[in-house]
Amino acid sequence: MGADLILSVQDLKAYYRILKGDVKAVDGVTFQVRRGEIVGVAGESGCGKSTLAHTLMLRKPPLTHMGGQAFFLGQDIMTMDREEFRRLRLRKISIIPQYALDALSPTKKVGTFVSDLVREHGIRPDGAFMNKLEERLRLVNLDPAVLDKYPIELSGGMKQRVIMVLSTILNPELIIADEITSALDVSSQRFAASLLVELRDAGIIGSALFITHDLSILYQIADRLLIMYGGHIVEAGPVDTIVHAPCHPYTRALLSSLPKVGVQVKEQRLEGIKGTPPELLDIGPGCRFRERCPHRTRRCEDTPLTEHITPEHSIACWHHREIGGERVG
Amino acid sequence: MVDNRQPIISVENVTKVFSSGVFFRTLTTAVRGVSFAMYPGTVLSLIGESGSGKTTMGRMILKLLRPTAGRILFHGRDLATIRTKAERREFYRRVQGIFQDPFSSFNPLFRVDRVFDLVFDVFFPDTPAAERAARTREALLQVNLNPERTLAHFPHQLSGGQLQRLLIARALLLNAEILVADELISMLDASTRMGILNLLVDICRSTGMSVLFITHDLALGYYVSDYTMIMHQGRLVEQGATAEVYHHPVHPYTKMLFRSVPDIGRRWDPQEKFVPEAVNREIAEFYAANRGQGMVQVSPDHAVLMSLE
Repeated sequence: MGADLILSVQDLKAYYRILKGDVKAVDGVTFQVRRGEIVGVAGESGCGKSTLAHTLMLRKPPLTHMGGQAFFLGQDIMTMDREEFRRLRLRKISIIPQYALDALSPTKKVGTFVSDLVREHGIRPDGAFMNKLEERLRLVNLDPAVLDKYPIELSGGMKQRVIMVLSTILNPELIIADEITSALDVSSQRFAASLLVELRDAGIIGSALFITHDLSILYQIADRLLIMYGGHIVEAGPVDTIVHAPCHPYTRALLSSLPKVGVQVKEQRLEGIKGTPPELLDIGPGCRFRERCPHRTRRCEDTPLTEHITPEHSIACWHHREIGGERVG
Repeated sequence: MVDNRQPIISVENVTKVFSSGVFFRTLTTAVRGVSFAMYPGTVLSLIGESGSGKTTMGRMILKLLRPTAGRILFHGRDLATIRTKAERREFYRRVQGIFQDPFSSFNPLFRVDRVFDLVFDVFFPDTPAAERAARTREALLQVNLNPERTLAHFPHQLSGGQLQRLLIARALLLNAEILVADELISMLDASTRMGILNLLVDICRSTGMSVLFITHDLALGYYVSDYTMIMHQGRLVEQGATAEVYHHPVHPYTKMLFRSVPDIGRRWDPQEKFVPEAVNREIAEFYAANRGQGMVQVSPDHAVLMSLE
């Protein structure tokens, strides 16, 4: 704890306040990111994983902070004023939002776009900056000549690399990467995901919060996983523990529904999870997975408390002891 | 392929060239000399990255695009000769497609019952109302949907998974022989997509329908398919029985794909300095080393493009 704690989120709540009521997309989330860690956030669509990123970095109405804190390097960024937070952005904390590869302006050359962007953050795109940029582009196997091209001339994988270079150019302590591999081909996915590890190993970025629906990518690069369901973190722990000995019924069902090379329908039938995720609008207390859970009891009407099985492995389920943690897969 | 039955679809040396531009014509070859056959009751997966030509191939089978060269035979008849309205209708009764975005496949103003009613109006207009309802119900039950709870709804009230099931039900109702499923489940969550895949395989086995499963996801392709084809820059570079292709890949592109697929339980080699572009050089070297060989049958159930003729 202490110095190597980059981000500490405590009981964070953020709702979309709309006319119909509150959509409780992030509802009491607690986790930490330590220096040098890649923390994966996994969950299905509508589980609140992107909202979590937005709450930390790009909060705007109707998304509203309803409670809890998020300490970034000891300062609560939830209560920080806009100007103060703006000074941290890109320099200390940086986000690659979903579909960022489409954020490059179609009418500007990549180089022009980059200089405009850093100027916005009060940095002069002088010779030294440009040299650094070119060096970083070479690091991701891009010819610096891409700066003289229009986005339409680049492939999706190349655009994503430009975006990754750009968001890490000032060596931020924390990078929040939201679905950066989802729109890419298999080979570019591997490159982009591995790049995050390389940047971390080279000390260019401190740590990363990697948000994706794809658990198999997180398995490749993450140190720890947070599994989200219906706005709650249902299970958190080291990646091998979560993948090989999951305890939460949702994590277990999710993992057993994942196809693997080597599993054919002829030999082994994988089953999905019956039912649909809950509607988060004005949702009451209780375990959010209970409607789809085979282990549900009356007790699940109360929101489960997060318990630590080991200091690193936590779970929010009333019945995890009975269900046990035998190895799956 | 060891199958002595007659193919439903045979694709013979098909090439598709797109031309674009008003003043300066630029030609893009999306599919180059592709041949394969689709047999009853089998799932054939067509795997490729973006721009490989896999979707173009699917659209040509659906007669939405015309091949520039080569031909596609449906029960021995060239698709190009299917011209009259009646013939086209009969063709689309037997050959159906399902695409990635289920929301765009439905008219948002029509309720689900009307969508199914239209199927009867177009393809089986003489069916009495009672029989229509009974058959619709049966098809919905086959895809694990509750008829009472789906028929009266509009598409936006249903989930992506439910809509994809409806499209499969539609193909069942038509008793289709060929289903081209283009990235059928890419938009669905992990927990819902397995149900759809299992359903597809079950239907394929029970009705003898043949499925062309177009995907970029290797693990899903492995899970469902009997045969696998790998497509790269418009060419089929490797094809054969799924287990053969996956466990004994020969072409450098196939090998690269398998090295980079994120597979849970098996990590990427951290020693390998992986760069996606490097594969182009590997492929060029591979073709140069095997010059003059072309498509080679490496085992009875497995063929590889060893060089460009």
